[in-house]
Amino acid sequence: MSTDTLGVTTPVATSADVSCTHCGLDVPDGLVDANASTQFCCTGCHTAYGILHAHGLDQYYQFAERREHAVTSSGRLYEEFDHPSFAQLYVTTANGGLSRTELYLEGVHCSSCVWLVERMPLLVPGVARAELDVGRSLAVIEWDLTAVPLSDIARSLDTLGYPPHPFRGVARDAMRRKEDRAMLVRIGVAGAIAINVMLAALALYSGALNGMDPQYERFFRWVSLAVIVPAFVWPGRVFFAGAVAALRTRSLHMDLPIAIALAAGFIRGAINTFTDHGPVYFDGLAILIFALLVGRFLQQRGQRMAADAAELLHAVAPSSARIVEGGVRRALPAEALVSGMVLDVRAGESFAADGVILEGRSTVNAALLTGESRPTSVDIGARVFAGTLNVQAPVLVRVEEAGESSRIAKLLRQVEESARRRAPVVQLANRMAGIFVAVVLVAAVVTFVVTNRVAPDQALDNAIALLIVTCPCALALATPLAITVAVGRAAGRGMLIKGGDALELLATPGTLVLDKTGTITEGRTALVAWHGPEWVKPWVLSLEQGSSHPLADGFRRAWDGLATLDVSDVSHVSGGGMLGTVQGREVRVGSPRFVERGVTERGVMERGVTDADEVALRHAIGAMDKTLTPVHVAVDGRLVAVAGLGDRVRDDAMASLQLLRAAGWRTVMLSGDAPDVVAAVGRSLDFSADELVAAATPEDKLRFVEALKRNGSVVMVGDGVNDAAAIAAASVGIGVHGGAEACLATADIYLTRAGLSALIELTEGATRTMHVIRRNIACSLAYNLLGAGLAAVGLLSPLVAAILMPTSSITVVLGSWYSFTFLRTASAEART
Amino acid sequence: MSVVFVVLPLALLIVGAAVGAFVWSARSGQFDDLNTPAVRMLHDDAPTATKPVP
Repeated sequence: MSTDTLGVTTPVATSADVSCTHCGLDVPDGLVDANASTQFCCTGCHTAYGILHAHGLDQYYQFAERREHAVTSSGRLYEEFDHPSFAQLYVTTANGGLSRTELYLEGVHCSSCVWLVERMPLLVPGVARAELDVGRSLAVIEWDLTAVPLSDIARSLDTLGYPPHPFRGVARDAMRRKEDRAMLVRIGVAGAIAINVMLAALALYSGALNGMDPQYERFFRWVSLAVIVPAFVWPGRVFFAGAVAALRTRSLHMDLPIAIALAAGFIRGAINTFTDHGPVYFDGLAILIFALLVGRFLQQRGQRMAADAAELLHAVAPSSARIVEGGVRRALPAEALVSGMVLDVRAGESFAADGVILEGRSTVNAALLTGESRPTSVDIGARVFAGTLNVQAPVLVRVEEAGESSRIAKLLRQVEESARRRAPVVQLANRMAGIFVAVVLVAAVVTFVVTNRVAPDQALDNAIALLIVTCPCALALATPLAITVAVGRAAGRGMLIKGGDALELLATPGTLVLDKTGTITEGRTALVAWHGPEWVKPWVLSLEQGSSHPLADGFRRAWDGLATLDVSDVSHVSGGGMLGTVQGREVRVGSPRFVERGVTERGVMERGVTDADEVALRHAIGAMDKTLTPVHVAVDGRLVAVAGLGDRVRDDAMASLQLLRAAGWRTVMLSGDAPDVVAAVGRSLDFSADELVAAATPEDKLRFVEALKRNGSVVMVGDGVNDAAAIAAASVGIGVHGGAEACLATADIYLTRAGLSALIELTEGATRTMHVIRRNIACSLAYNLLGAGLAAVGLLSPLVAAILMPTSSITVVLGSWYSFTFLRTASAEART
Repeated sequence: MSVVFVVLPLALLIVGAAVGAFVWSARSGQFDDLNTPAVRMLHDDAPTATKPVP
């Protein structure tokens, strides 16, 4: 595949029905060989096919991912990329008068993408440099602003199949990068020092076993001391800083016992080096610093990867609006809107600001903001809010409140507020740290006092040996490692966990608060009930085909693939339904009142529809679930079918809720939807009356969760902006698939797959993770107990200490890695 | 054996140089992205006719 075949540089007439055997793209007319069974778009593909075929590697063509769908451009113009406010937000200046921006690209996945994107300077004159970070789908573009506008670059990226989005976290990203580099430097330095101190220690140990001249022994000790000092003042400083911070805030942190052990070991080792007798512990200490830093780095990286993945989803959310200025429509970044502007919002788009409708009538789905599942109709003069979805028809909106002053922005500030107020969870390992420090210090004092009576010259050595050998290296690694492994595996299963605390809280059952619309239900209108003969279905579908009403959408989804018939004389009666002629018969589909108006006494018997059928239909109408929106169908003035459309409960909801309840969770449904709808859905899912809260505003939801939190941990699961504040306030906030941006940003866990079954996997995985952590802690405590016992009676030689300390850490590492907290992807597929 | 008094400090100097090189490379961002360079090196160099940026 070359750039030629993508149609970027050479426009060649191609034959749409012949595709290349190798790459699947259209073959240019001149190259089609009518007699051959294989067709190629270029010599390159032909050669590649020849090589693969000759080596019997035709299986290559079965891999689905090679057969990429043809590259399609989204057709967006990216005009907003040229607006001054965009430049102010996302563009910086680079060397040599160039401009520089970072863009998230959709659809990046392999090395060909890197190749193609980095050829941007060849494709678009004026681009100086394009660099792609394939892991994060982030491209850095440097270009000459005077030669080419950014929208041109964006459009050509889009043509190549990588729709670009502005990257919103440049400042934070730079800080994070600096942190990462500092961490890496610390690990590298600590590692180099550890290895060299160990080499010196090896000489000392073999000298201790086989005899060694005192002058060499003294030399090696001094060398060890000289080498380890940098490890303490540079990489090791973080532990002392952490311990000091812990003391100052009177909170407990694992850094405290670590710092005590490091300091005790170093001081004793240094004194022994000066006085030239007794053990030095430098090798153990150096390894300790290195191992602890690595553990910390792994933990940070695992959580960051989950956060990055969530952020990518976040970036893909639209951030531009179309404004009408002097009859001309152009795109503008949402941040640049001011009140008074006129927005053109098409059907299916979200409103970018709060405003009043100037022209057109439509229905608005405010589920994201209020949780109301049924769309409401809006007319000229009606208020619409940013973040809600325009469902039916294009409208013009005069902006009243934009940006910071819009209702959604105020809600988001509340979200941030509650996220900030949330107290950090003290992790199990840190809770242990306090007890640990006390026990170790007491044990050291007891050892000193007791040994002082028996053998006074040994007392200090033994007490210090105890302090060193009990350094909680394995204990400090236990939690981060287990959580890192769990977070990594969970990400592979579609659960992005941004913090380890969440896992700890999910392991013990508490109260599980679920949003209704979009979480328990699918969040869109679907055909739930149908009473009527089969032959009417294509008629209804044909009529609804041209409508953008959400109810029509429900029919289309339910009967996808059904053949449609020709319809004539279609008219759309606003607030009523559709009227049309199919096969010479008048068909009415719509609200009961609208259809009833067309039902006449003269209605003919229609294809075996009898009076008895009609009685049955009338009965069905009476028995229909009150939460559904009824749609009636009449043919030639006779009622023939009744449909009920509504927001369908997810297929796995019942089973998942039962399993969660069985595991001890108290489930509560918290919804902004109307009480009758909430009650009906609640009944069908076995919620008791006191577990249902209806018509809750975002503020109500927040208060509700905060009130519940006084009685224990609360897990909030939701999808909309209306849930975001509650999600931020809850002990653990979970955002579900397809949720709003704000929800993504504040949730501790984000589920990238639909359905509630992920919640089960999550709680079970969390329980298993906590089990692994406890096992790790028990394991490392056992080692410490053994070491402390040996040290107290003076049997702990430096060699035994040097072996004991890494062994305990290795046990913990292996124990974390080989435990099944979350299923690995392959085996999990088999189960589900 | 007394050669160790000379060789060991020398070895430590070399270690120091290696650590210095590592610190420099980490700080200049060479470890920021470990995935892309691995695939980038598989690509042929761009044709030498690349126009200098105006």
